[in-house]
Amino acid sequence: MSKVILSSLQLVIASGFMTLELIIFLALAVIAVAAAIAMLASSNAIYSALFLVLNFAVVSVFYLILNAPFIAMVQVTVYAGAIMVLFIFVIMLLGAERLRRPDSRLAWQQPLAIGLGLALLGVAVFGLLSRGGVAASPQPLNPEVALTFGSPREIGRQLFTGYLFPFEVTSILLLVAMVGAIVLTKDEKKRPTLKSQTSKK
Amino acid sequence: MHETSSFSLQALVPLIIFFPVAGLLINVVAGKKIGDPWAGIIASLASGSSFVIAALQFVGLTQNGFHPATIHVADWIVIGELNIPWAFQVDTLSVTMMLLVTGVGTLIHIYAIGYMKGDPRFHRFFIYLNLFIASMLILVGGNNYLMLFVGWEGVGLCSYLLIGFWYDKGAGGVGNARAGRKAFVVNRVGDFGFALAMFLIFWTTGSLTFDKVFAYFEEHGGETQHAVAPEAGIGKLLSPAQQDEEPHGESAGPTIVTIATAITLLLLVGATGKSAQIPLFVWLPDAMAGPTPVSALIHAATMVTAGIYMIVRSNVIFNLAPASQMTVAIIGASTAFLAGTIAVAQFDIKRVLAYSTISQLGFMIAAAGMGAYVAAMFHLLTHAFFKALLFLSSGSVIHGMEHGHHALAHDAEAHGGGGHDDHGGNGHNAHADESHGSAHATAHEEEHTFDPQDMRNMGGLRARMPTTFWVYFIGAVALAGVFPLAGFWSKDEILADAWKIGVTDGEWHGLVVYGLLTVAAFFTAFYMGRQVLMVFFGGERTEAAKHAHESPAVMTVPLIILAVLSVIGGAMNLPGLHWLGQWIEHTIEAHPLDFNFVVAGLSTVIALVAIGLSYLVYGQRPMTTMLDPLERLGRAFTFLNGKWYVDELYHAIIIQPFEDIGRFLAYAVDWELWHDIFHDNIIAGGFRWIANFTAWSVDKGVVDSFFDGLASLVRDWADIFRRFQTGYVRNYALAVLFGAVVVLGVFLLAR
Amino acid sequence: MVPTSYYIILSVVLFTIGVAGVLVRRNAIIIFMSVELMLNSANLAFVAFARSFQPASGAINSAAMAGQTFVFFVMAVAAAEVAVGLALIVAIFRTKHSIDVDEVHQLKG
Repeated sequence: MSKVILSSLQLVIASGFMTLELIIFLALAVIAVAAAIAMLASSNAIYSALFLVLNFAVVSVFYLILNAPFIAMVQVTVYAGAIMVLFIFVIMLLGAERLRRPDSRLAWQQPLAIGLGLALLGVAVFGLLSRGGVAASPQPLNPEVALTFGSPREIGRQLFTGYLFPFEVTSILLLVAMVGAIVLTKDEKKRPTLKSQTSKK
Repeated sequence: MHETSSFSLQALVPLIIFFPVAGLLINVVAGKKIGDPWAGIIASLASGSSFVIAALQFVGLTQNGFHPATIHVADWIVIGELNIPWAFQVDTLSVTMMLLVTGVGTLIHIYAIGYMKGDPRFHRFFIYLNLFIASMLILVGGNNYLMLFVGWEGVGLCSYLLIGFWYDKGAGGVGNARAGRKAFVVNRVGDFGFALAMFLIFWTTGSLTFDKVFAYFEEHGGETQHAVAPEAGIGKLLSPAQQDEEPHGESAGPTIVTIATAITLLLLVGATGKSAQIPLFVWLPDAMAGPTPVSALIHAATMVTAGIYMIVRSNVIFNLAPASQMTVAIIGASTAFLAGTIAVAQFDIKRVLAYSTISQLGFMIAAAGMGAYVAAMFHLLTHAFFKALLFLSSGSVIHGMEHGHHALAHDAEAHGGGGHDDHGGNGHNAHADESHGSAHATAHEEEHTFDPQDMRNMGGLRARMPTTFWVYFIGAVALAGVFPLAGFWSKDEILADAWKIGVTDGEWHGLVVYGLLTVAAFFTAFYMGRQVLMVFFGGERTEAAKHAHESPAVMTVPLIILAVLSVIGGAMNLPGLHWLGQWIEHTIEAHPLDFNFVVAGLSTVIALVAIGLSYLVYGQRPMTTMLDPLERLGRAFTFLNGKWYVDELYHAIIIQPFEDIGRFLAYAVDWELWHDIFHDNIIAGGFRWIANFTAWSVDKGVVDSFFDGLASLVRDWADIFRRFQTGYVRNYALAVLFGAVVVLGVFLLAR
Repeated sequence: MVPTSYYIILSVVLFTIGVAGVLVRRNAIIIFMSVELMLNSANLAFVAFARSFQPASGAINSAAMAGQTFVFFVMAVAAAEVAVGLALIVAIFRTKHSIDVDEVHQLKG
């Protein structure tokens, strides 16, 4: 079976209709889209999260192909690793894998949403293609350029030179988010009030 | 203008005003508190102090050779060249008047303390009296016409206040107030003339100061052919540089004689008002509504002589206008005659004296008109003595009668009332003018109220009130002009002047004046005889007369002093000596006449005949009933008793049309046309219509419906749009997507 | 190499799926994950463009590198968003005992 596939692939590549790269891209793209649709469609939130992790993983492969090794690593560690774990953690914490009530009130919105989504897709793709796409396919990078472009070193240089101020603001943003998350999740009853604080003094 | 020493007595003259003003202020502040005699004593002291000042002026003038002085107190009106100060003119004429006013005034003040005893407005009476003294002194003391006018109006005000002093009494409770109003209104007519005269004087001479005015007329008096160039025009006031640009006589205009005639005739109008001459004399009899001291002081001795003083003061102008002088003389003589006849047929003791006063004022006016200024002043002074005496004595009689009546009032009220029923008809006849504002205190309720002033209620008072009788008798004889009392000399001098003009100079108006005055003198003697006989002789005709008693000393002492003055007053200007003439000559021109034995003899005979006639009528067979023997004359008596129906005439030709016009204007024009039609219909109706229109059509219809519509529009739209706010986040997200698609479509496809 | 357009189309497809997820699903956590998917698709587009602007040889194009740098920032923002968003979901669950977004519609007109 695998032989058949491989041979057919070879045939396709040899015919010049598709390069190996393109075949890999298409395969990965199919997996990514499929994972995304699965996330959307699965009724269990845990499954959704896992499918999303798959999607993220596939996308990180794309990053590698696109000469963005640092981004790809961050994608895997932060997104797939940290963020999605957080999701799953919350889902499990709340025990909210499924919703109890059937969807009835906004059922009318589903076809409308899908239609509009397709319209968005159509508009974007049509708009893109009608202009002849984005340039031609980029050439493979020379080895010395490939070593530098997208490397953590280059990203760091960018962050600490041209984007120093946004970078610092990001740190504040993360701090605020952290504090906000703590405040929001803290138990209301145990939160010390201003009155009790002042009365203690 | 002329002061002889560093300190002259003339410098004291402002004090003459200060004392009465101070007195009245004290009484204004404390008069009510210090009460009955003390307010009067303070007022009398104030008046007496003024008399002392006046006497010092007399001394001062004598010492410095009779030079007139002007004492400048303060500037008053200074506009351009117009400069009217508060300044006093101290000359022999003004000092004569000051002495008279303060002297007689003080005596009357003292008398009034007794007369007004117990009156609830006692202090107010003396406030008014002091105010009067002050005003009168401003009148006679001022050195310009405007001050004279201020005093003129001031005494007019006091006259009004004092006539209406018992404002709640009189016919219908308003009779006295009406009398005051009548005096005030009639005087305004005269004041109007006086004011016009002042304007004309100022226009002509550019000044109101006596010295300057008279200097102008003396300077330009000869230029009878030239037109007058007025000294004061508006242009002249504004730009003094234009002065004397036009020489006199270049422009066409009135000559000096025309101007002087106009001024003097207008002054005469003022004098007829204040001094109660034809045609404005009608207020004076009604003025007897005031308390008797007021009648004596204001309406006999002083205020009413202001017109004579003013004419005498303006003699320079009058001398330039013979036509005016003739008019003045004839008016005075006619008044003397007219009032004399009326006085014969009156029953009210004060009313007789009032008409007598008008008559005597007519004598003075006539004298002034004939250029006999000294005679006029002489008669003014003597008349002040004996007429004040007569009024005060009549007040004493009334006082006595009232007390007699009150003595009866407790036990014999019905009797007193019953005694009155006999003459109810006559009384009604006698007071035919009551319906329009007579001063008669008791006319309205004749049956119920005793009239202490009606001579028919008196009789035989000689025994009960001996002092009053004697002083009254002296006053009456003096007035009648019997030798050698004061009235004889002064009246004789006037008659002599008339004789001179009429007989010696052959002027027709002199004869007319002489004739009228002689007849008036006859009537004077007759009605005085009648009055004395009716009041003091015969039997008592009422119970009140039987119980009348003599007045207290505070009243009789001034009477005795005045009686003495009435006897010896003639010595002031005895023929041949002419002390008064020489005294006044320092101020005005005087023409002393030799004693005219023809005139004197004639008038003495006439007086004696008249007195004899009155004795025949009233003395031989004393009245026992309320019927006056003269009533047998029938219509003639009724005519005289009705005062020639002058009041009725005025009522018919002036007051009635005036009231008709007023009523027409008030009801037809103002009320019906103006208020009803114009205000109610046009203004109010139009306004209401506009208000309706704006309220309902514009406001409700347009404005409100616009905003109501706006509100409901908002509400309707909100009803629609609120449905989009579902609260479902996913709905909003859908909308966001929709927008994103549209925006993206526009960006990517629209090109 | 695969043309950049392909990546862009893939990115659009993934984005559309994310949009559909937000609109169709009621589970707040899945909606959240859809948002993450949309962010991720945007990141893919960034990286693809960054690659397309980098010449094969020569110096590094800092403008091209800016695309990758932005991805870094997007990730940071996404991390913050997730932290706060999940906290919000926990807070809502505490009061509503549900994470159905349709249950939270008190602000309707």
